[in-house]
Amino acid sequence: MVKGSFKGRDVLSISDFSREDLLHILSVAGQLEKKPRPDLLKGKIMASLFFEPSTRTKLSFAASMIKLGGQVIGFADVRTTSVKKGETLWDTTKMVEAYSDVIVTRNDVEGAPRLMSEASSIPVVNAGDGANQHPTQTLLDLYTIQKEHGSFDGMTIGFVGDLKYGRTVHSLAVALSHFKCSMHFVAPAALKMPDSYITMLKEKGITVEETDDLDAACKHFDVLYMTRIQEERFPDPIEYQKYKSVYKIDKRVLELCKESVKIMHPLPRVGEIDPKIDETPNAIYFKQAANGIPVRQAILALVLGELE
Amino acid sequence: MTSKEKTLRIAAIKEGTVIDHIPADKIFTIIRVLRLDKASGSVSVATNLPSKLLGKKGVVKIAGRELTSLEAEEIALLAPEATLNIIKDYEVSEKRKVNLPEQISGFVDCMNPNCITNKQPVATRFSVKAGEKVRLKCDYCEREMGQKQIRIL
Repeated sequence: MVKGSFKGRDVLSISDFSREDLLHILSVAGQLEKKPRPDLLKGKIMASLFFEPSTRTKLSFAASMIKLGGQVIGFADVRTTSVKKGETLWDTTKMVEAYSDVIVTRNDVEGAPRLMSEASSIPVVNAGDGANQHPTQTLLDLYTIQKEHGSFDGMTIGFVGDLKYGRTVHSLAVALSHFKCSMHFVAPAALKMPDSYITMLKEKGITVEETDDLDAACKHFDVLYMTRIQEERFPDPIEYQKYKSVYKIDKRVLELCKESVKIMHPLPRVGEIDPKIDETPNAIYFKQAANGIPVRQAILALVLGELE
Repeated sequence: MTSKEKTLRIAAIKEGTVIDHIPADKIFTIIRVLRLDKASGSVSVATNLPSKLLGKKGVVKIAGRELTSLEAEEIALLAPEATLNIIKDYEVSEKRKVNLPEQISGFVDCMNPNCITNKQPVATRFSVKAGEKVRLKCDYCEREMGQKQIRIL
């Protein structure tokens, strides 16, 4: 691939992107948010292949494509497809490649989007693969931080909740490792950030703190990135019950934080943020979800080669 | 004891390969991986031999066979300390360390049951992270495995 060119490029893992790549996508997203381009992807078709349920990601990709003048085909229920008859993912991809210009896919099986990218000559965008990657979520998280906080350098971000299974946390930590920021990881021991990430961050010179004490740690945060304890990742429901309410952001916790703290959440939430926080200027999680549109527009326009 | 005397502790071979410095607990895995139970020539195995480097080591002598590069990669994953001695006319004609490639394909299983390589007909592929301890990173699910988790297909 020519350096700087996104045309034809797959978006599979945040690890595939350099600091310059990330900043470029954010800059294009900013341009598209300021100046909409309703005809940019006219005549282009996005295949939306969701093998696993999704609300925000699926709808925001479809809305992004339509807002740029493109069209969307696809499925959101695998039971209505030939996959149910035993068709391989490789064969499904070869077929869809002939019908569309870009594939956006989610799968609960990890690595499935990369396999599809090997079968496909058109770009494949990973919209989440199990506990592995969700790169467009990471890009919209970065876009939100940049918009709300200004820059990444010098910032302290606190990740709170399920840091073991939370793919958004893993990917965002990798992306932020390109910048000079500090990271605090707040989780019970059983759900702590995997050692491989901690080692990688330290090797890159990032200041890393690990704790299970949210009350003590939260005063340092410029950004508090809250996550849901994900029931579907727990093999044992008793284990889930033990951890599901371990941290909750409410007015009491907010009082302990910096006045300027920004609270983010990849959503959906199931009780870990008190709805009373929604009305405070600190809550930016709905803005964060809305930022999915300019960021996904930027990704689609770049990989389709309509913007450089 | 001279080097030649050491080599002769188990039957000498005229042509073939001697794999030396195998950790004693890896020797039977290596026999399985190299499918030596199906070998047509003679195979001699010794284990629990004293070793300054490993404490206890194993040695395998395979008559009439040079290892393929894939087999050498398999040994490098399981026993990075091993050395290969190519024997010609009872003498060591070449002695080399096994080297890990940057990438390995097809012969190691991904430990992640939810990896696409365990769900669909696709060959596994790993990036090798060499260091003090070998680690493999699955190119598909991106999960990392330590040496104890490596399972050869």
